[in-house]
This record gives sequence, structure tokens and C-alpha cells, in this order.
Amino acid sequence: MSGATKIKVRVTDIVPLNDLVTRFQFEPVDGSMLPTFSGGAHTVVEMKDGDRTRLNPYSLMSDPANRKAYTISVRRDDEGRGGSLFMHKKIKVGDEMVISNPVNLFSLDLRAKKHLMIAGGIGITPFMAQIKQLDRSHGNWELHYCARNEDLASYARELTSEHPNDVHVYYDVKGEAIDLEHLLDGQPLGTHIYVCGPKGMIDWVRGTAKDLGWPREAIHYEEFLAPKPGKPFEVKLAVSNKVIEVGEHESLLEAIENAGVDAPYLCRGGACGQCETNVLECDGTILHRDHWLDPEEHDSNEKIMPCVSRFEGKTLVLDR
Amino acid sequence: MSKFEFPPSISSRPVWGRLEARAGKHHLMIAEAEGAEAIMDIATPDLMAKSHIIYIPKGTDYEEKLKALKPGILHVGPSYAASLPRIRRVLMDAHMGLQVYLTGTEGMMGQAMNEAVNAGIPHTGIQTEHRGSVARRMQCVHCKGITEDVELDPFVCSHCGLNLFVRDHYSRRHAAYQGVCVDAEDPGNVPEQKRIYE
Amino acid sequence: MTIQFNDETFRDDYSFHNSEWAIKRFPFPFDKDDYMYSVNMEPHGTGRKGSIFANRFDVDEHYVSEMRDRALVLEQDPLRCQSLPHMTLAGWDLLELIMVSKSEDYPDLFELHRDGDKWRWINKPLGIDDTFTFLDDTTLPYGPMEYITRQTQGDFALLDQRDDNLWMDAGMVTTQADWSLDFDIGMNFFEWHAPVPLAAEMGIFVRALKFLLNIQQGMPARRLNWTMTVNPLLDTSPENYHKWGVQKTELTPENIGSKQHLRVELQTFFRLPRSNGMVFPIRCYLCSFEDLMTVPKWGRRLHRVIRDLPEELAEYKGFIANRPLMLDYLEKFDDGLPTSPGIWPDLETEPPLQK
Repeated sequence: MSGATKIKVRVTDIVPLNDLVTRFQFEPVDGSMLPTFSGGAHTVVEMKDGDRTRLNPYSLMSDPANRKAYTISVRRDDEGRGGSLFMHKKIKVGDEMVISNPVNLFSLDLRAKKHLMIAGGIGITPFMAQIKQLDRSHGNWELHYCARNEDLASYARELTSEHPNDVHVYYDVKGEAIDLEHLLDGQPLGTHIYVCGPKGMIDWVRGTAKDLGWPREAIHYEEFLAPKPGKPFEVKLAVSNKVIEVGEHESLLEAIENAGVDAPYLCRGGACGQCETNVLECDGTILHRDHWLDPEEHDSNEKIMPCVSRFEGKTLVLDR
Repeated sequence: MSKFEFPPSISSRPVWGRLEARAGKHHLMIAEAEGAEAIMDIATPDLMAKSHIIYIPKGTDYEEKLKALKPGILHVGPSYAASLPRIRRVLMDAHMGLQVYLTGTEGMMGQAMNEAVNAGIPHTGIQTEHRGSVARRMQCVHCKGITEDVELDPFVCSHCGLNLFVRDHYSRRHAAYQGVCVDAEDPGNVPEQKRIYE
Repeated sequence: MTIQFNDETFRDDYSFHNSEWAIKRFPFPFDKDDYMYSVNMEPHGTGRKGSIFANRFDVDEHYVSEMRDRALVLEQDPLRCQSLPHMTLAGWDLLELIMVSKSEDYPDLFELHRDGDKWRWINKPLGIDDTFTFLDDTTLPYGPMEYITRQTQGDFALLDQRDDNLWMDAGMVTTQADWSLDFDIGMNFFEWHAPVPLAAEMGIFVRALKFLLNIQQGMPARRLNWTMTVNPLLDTSPENYHKWGVQKTELTPENIGSKQHLRVELQTFFRLPRSNGMVFPIRCYLCSFEDLMTVPKWGRRLHRVIRDLPEELAEYKGFIANRPLMLDYLEKFDDGLPTSPGIWPDLETEPPLQK
């Protein structure tokens, strides 16, 4: 069986925070304790929607020390493949679901003398857990949180009231923005940057830090790529000798799984490298969307990350 | 001998680079002896204006040449040990983005790198270029004492007196290679000394 | 208590000995008649009942004496246990992992009572009954890693995960096969393995690291490694090599059966939840040649493996000078019959020695 160990949970609380974001709380069905985790970890949530199963990763935002319940926040994506809409519309308190053990691809560098966190929109969620972890160990941290407006800044009120000196909030509608160059320029040696948010923001922070001479190892980022919908396509799985159809709102990985073929995975967001698959034949274009393979590997069309990447063209044969 | 091509080795042996001018508002350069030449190789007026150079001559005379580059600050220290308090002071209130350039012997670069790492710069973000002597700084694995400037293999530990052979296994934390007893299984049978890269 | 603990030494008079029970469950590391490096990882936490693989942390008859030997090593050289400052949280992770595992797997020997952060730990074999506050370093007599590893057999490398690598930033190392924690602490996975011959060229470490980085909570893995040691000396450290190295020259055809030991490491790999680090427990098992030869299959196989081992490996494992002596001894236990696949003794099915 692929992926991390599974946990059966019950949805014990659903809190709509604003037009777009809803928070879900999970507790183990059998009343046992949940595994502890480290701030920045995510869980993969299985969504059984009729005869389809989607698996989406969400950052854990509860206190890592709380072993009774996990919470996640789900932003509704009307253009997406339907996972977030399923969570928003179909899931009710009392429902049973399956989630994975926590996996962390965005952990704190515990050597840091200071943790500088930069969040955009729903990118706030991993920091909620990291802040609780750092508070417990008396860590030195500071958060800069950008959101479209006050309504959509899901956790701004909670954070600013608990940490008035360490949390800085910026609203797009008010024309507020981080003075990034100024912010990065004055940081003491040993500061590490963590950024989670839209791709544009991550690129901006990484680019600015690089121009200012920051070392690569001091910049940490997480961009969860939700697999994008796209044109349906056909794939041949050579090892299992199957030809499968990948639907418009289905990822290649999901289509492989739905065909009964066990394929490895962890993050399902193009980051961890677990689902890397060899391409045996390719007559067409692979739409690479991961940030695991390097540009040369993308160009070679010899490998694909089926969790987020798709295909357009005549023939695609995978070593799976 | 200013430049030396080190033979290929195991992956714990450090690989020294070639300095290059990097982006950043502040630049700390520590040059020991012929290392001054490596700085002269990358000097531009713009880079020099933002640079603090600490030069440890060890019998060389590059002071006037370095001065002619018009660095922001040029300090000439008689030895690494004498320069250490100054290096620590500079690192203490430096900001992220500081570029560190180290050039000279392996022993000096390793020790200065440790200072920068302890101050919070990842070791991979620190530039190095080897110049000058290929003598090694050795740690005796038995008594933990450091013997500086080892040129011959095997050698006698300057602390405990054991006969040690020179390994390529290197510890950044000790800024030293490992020395291990060469005649443990046959006491007194010590191979003839030769130069490390012979 | 279910285990009868030996009173024995791993130095000076070397009174260490294996009972028949310990010999039968010895982790013989060769699953076929030849040996080469491989990324021989498999899931840990499950295994034949009674075998050393059955529990997350195996406790055996040597437990109490091994802990006494560890205390002696630390008294002489406290640098064998070190933890860089950012590794304290990982130390607590390890303490929790061991206390929970041992109290669940050996309820008659160990008890853990938790009331929130107030923990009470009872270790009956060592006569310890301590109450402390979880995650509060000031409530333990040592740091959390040192505290629990003074009570757990095997060495421990505690690793930080960052920049797609594993960094050995803490450890308790007193039963090592000739490597120095004090020297290697702070190195990454490739650096601390750098002295191992051949394996890097074979791509072993790249593949192993990729596997290890993806080990997740609740899914530990394991592998076996091996070397040779003259006398049942647990602490074959580089630090003391100038003292014990000479013992390697004391083998004779008469004493080799009792003096020469196969040294096997059970290496396990666990993800640590709070720090997102990892721990590599490295548990050392020793067995004399003459005890090994009581298992006919192992006798046949050990001869073939040692005979055919590449020079570089025999050199690296430090027994190239003694190999001829070993082969003279082992040859007597190899009758040329085929051996069954796998590491188990198969005493019921494998024929006795035919010569």
C-alpha cells in the first residue's frame, strides 16, 4: 500500500470562517490518540465522492502537541477539480473519513536563531502549527501575513490578539504590502525565511532574498500544487498492461489508482518525489507541473510526476 | 606554490572552490598569505567599496597591493588567532546577506568557516579558495589534540606522542583531518614518512 | 521476569557469553553464500516471534551488563555522547519512542505512566523509578537522549533532516565498529559514510538516502550490517584503537573459535515526530565462531562468504590479515552441501555437518 499510514477519523467540528475558507476538525474513530507531528506537516485526506476517490493534502494547523484532534482549513476552489467543493458541500459533522499520518516537507530549521515567516492567503495554515510549536520552545519568530481583505484573512484576528508584537498583517484592498527588501535587509545572521502562499509570492521572496545575497539553505518554501484539471487523455501502463483514461477533473495519479494499480506517493503536490515514474514512450507533450524534477528532466520527457502533471498528444506509455 | 590541484578523494574531504564576486551589500574577506592574490583576482571597485578585508601576511607582503584596491576596510592581523576577536565582532552584528570569502590554507579556512557557521551562515553559502601551503590541520582521534601544519605522513601527535597516519576524513566542526595510530597492531613498526601528496 | 540477565564483561577478562537461546536468535547477516553491499532495507516492527526483529527495541540477556559497560565508557570519555543544541527536541522524541515501545513490548520489565506532561518511568532491570516533566530538560539527570540511551542497548545516531539530507547532529556511541562520533558529529549522510569503500561508486548511498528521507512516522525500516571483532569487545572505538588494535594479532589456530566474533549490527530507522528528525539505532550483537558453528547452515555459509569477499571489504572491515587463519578454521565446517536461502538457522531442515 502506498502513502503514509492511514487513520480513520470522524469529523467533529466544521467552522466556516468566511466566504471561501472552512475549518474541519478530525478525531480518531476508535477514541485513540493521534500521532504528534512537527509544525509544517500535512495530512492527505481521502474524499470518497460516489465512485471517485480524491486524495488531497492539507497542512495541519492545530497544536502539534494536541493528540485529541487535528484541524485543517480548506479554501474553496470553484475552478479546481472538485476536492475542496466536496469538502465544503458534502462533508457533515459526524462523517467518517480516512486521513494519512502526518508528513512534513516544510519543517522548521531548528538551528535558526530567528524564524521569519511570510504567508499569503490560505498559506497561513502551516504557520499556525509552527507558531504553536515555537511558542512552546520559546522560539524567536515573526510573521508577515498578506490577505486580500479583512474578511478573507482567516486567522488574522486570532494571531494578532495572541501575538500583537510578532504578527504583521497586510491587506491588498488597503494597498498594503510587505516592504520586502527592507524587511530582509535587516535580519540578523542565522535568520531563516519560510514562505507559503501563491507561486508569485514564493518567487518574489526567493528572488529578492537571492538578490540580497541570502544563502539558498536559509529559504524554505511550500507551495501546494493542487493538481489542475485539464483535457482528458489516454495512458498506457506497461507493467500492469492496462490502457486508462484520465478524466478532465482527475489527476493522472488518481486515474492510475482508480484502475487498481498501486503507485507510490506522499505529498500529492509535486514536491516530495515519491511518485516519480519513468516514461517509456511519449509522442506528444508532457505538461510538467511539479517542482521535483529539474528543468533538464522536464525537457527530456523521460520522467513524469503523475500527482500533478498531465499529457497532451498521441501516445504516452509509463513504466508502471 | 600558490595554487594546488588536490587529487580526487572521498566525499568528506572538503572541496575548495574559486572565489567569485557575489550579490550582497556587505562582504567579509579573510585572506591568509598568498590568499591575497585570490582577492586581487576578483576585485572590482564596486565590490571593494563594500568589503572588509582581514589580511594575515604570514611572511608575505601584499598589504600595499590590497590597499591599492581601495577596500572599505583593510585590517592586517599578525596571525589568525590575533584576528579572531575582530572576526567574531564583525559577525556578531552582521545581517543576512553578508558574503564571506575565505582564502589561504585549509586550516585557516576551516577555522574561519566555523566562526561564520556558528554565527548563522550555512557552510555551503561561504566561499573558499585554497592558496599557499598544503599542510594539514590534524586532530588526534585518541587524545583529541590538534597538530597544526602537518606536511608528512605519518607524524607524531604534538600532544600525546602517538604515531598517527593522515586520513582524508575531515570534520568541519574540528576544522581538521583525522589522525589515527599507525602502529597499533604492530607497536614500533612505523612506516617511513613521506609528503602527504607524494 | 522473563529474561535471565547475564552478569558479564566486554573488556579485561571478557566473560561475555551467549546462551543457547541467544545463539539461535543471533542475527546471522548472510541470506546467501556470498556478500556484497546492497540497500537491503525492509520494514521494521514486525518479525518472527522471539527473534531480534520482533520488537522495536530488542532487549536480551546482555542488557544489564551492556548498560554497565556503557557507563564505564562514558566515565572515561564523555565525548562519546554529544548533542548539538538544536537536537534537544529530537532527544525528547527518542525518549518518548523508547519509553512507549519498551513499556508496550516488555510490560513486565518497563512501565510508563503518563498524566499529561508528568511522566513516571520504571525500569525494573536497572532499578530505576523516575518522575519527570516531559519536554522539561531540568527534570532529568541527563539530557533526554543521554538519559534514555544509558538505558537502551545499541548506539544511537540522532539525525536532523534539512536541505534534502540527513545530518548526524547528536548521538550516543559506545559500541561502534570503529568510527568516532566526536569526529563525525555535524556531518551529512554522504560525509560520514565517506570512508566506506566501493559503496559510493555503486550508488548505494544516493539510493539509501532517498529511501531514508521518505521514512514516515509509524513505518520504521531496518537492515543488517556486519564486521569482525577479536574478543567480545563492544567498544571498538577509534579513540581506543591504540589500546585494542593489538588484540587482533593475538589469534591462534587454538583460540580462534572462542576469540573471533562475528559482529552484527541491526540498524533501524525511525522518523521522529516532533522534530521531524530521524533516529538510527545501531544495535550490536556478538557471537563467537565456535558458537556460530553449532548451526550447520551458518558454518557452511560463513566459510563461503569470508572466502569470496572482495579484498577491499576485508581490508575495510579490518580482518584481511586474519582471513587465512579464519578460513583454516571455517573450512572444517563446510562440507560443500547447498544451503537454504535466508538468514534463519533452519536447524530442523538443514542436515548436520557431513565431515
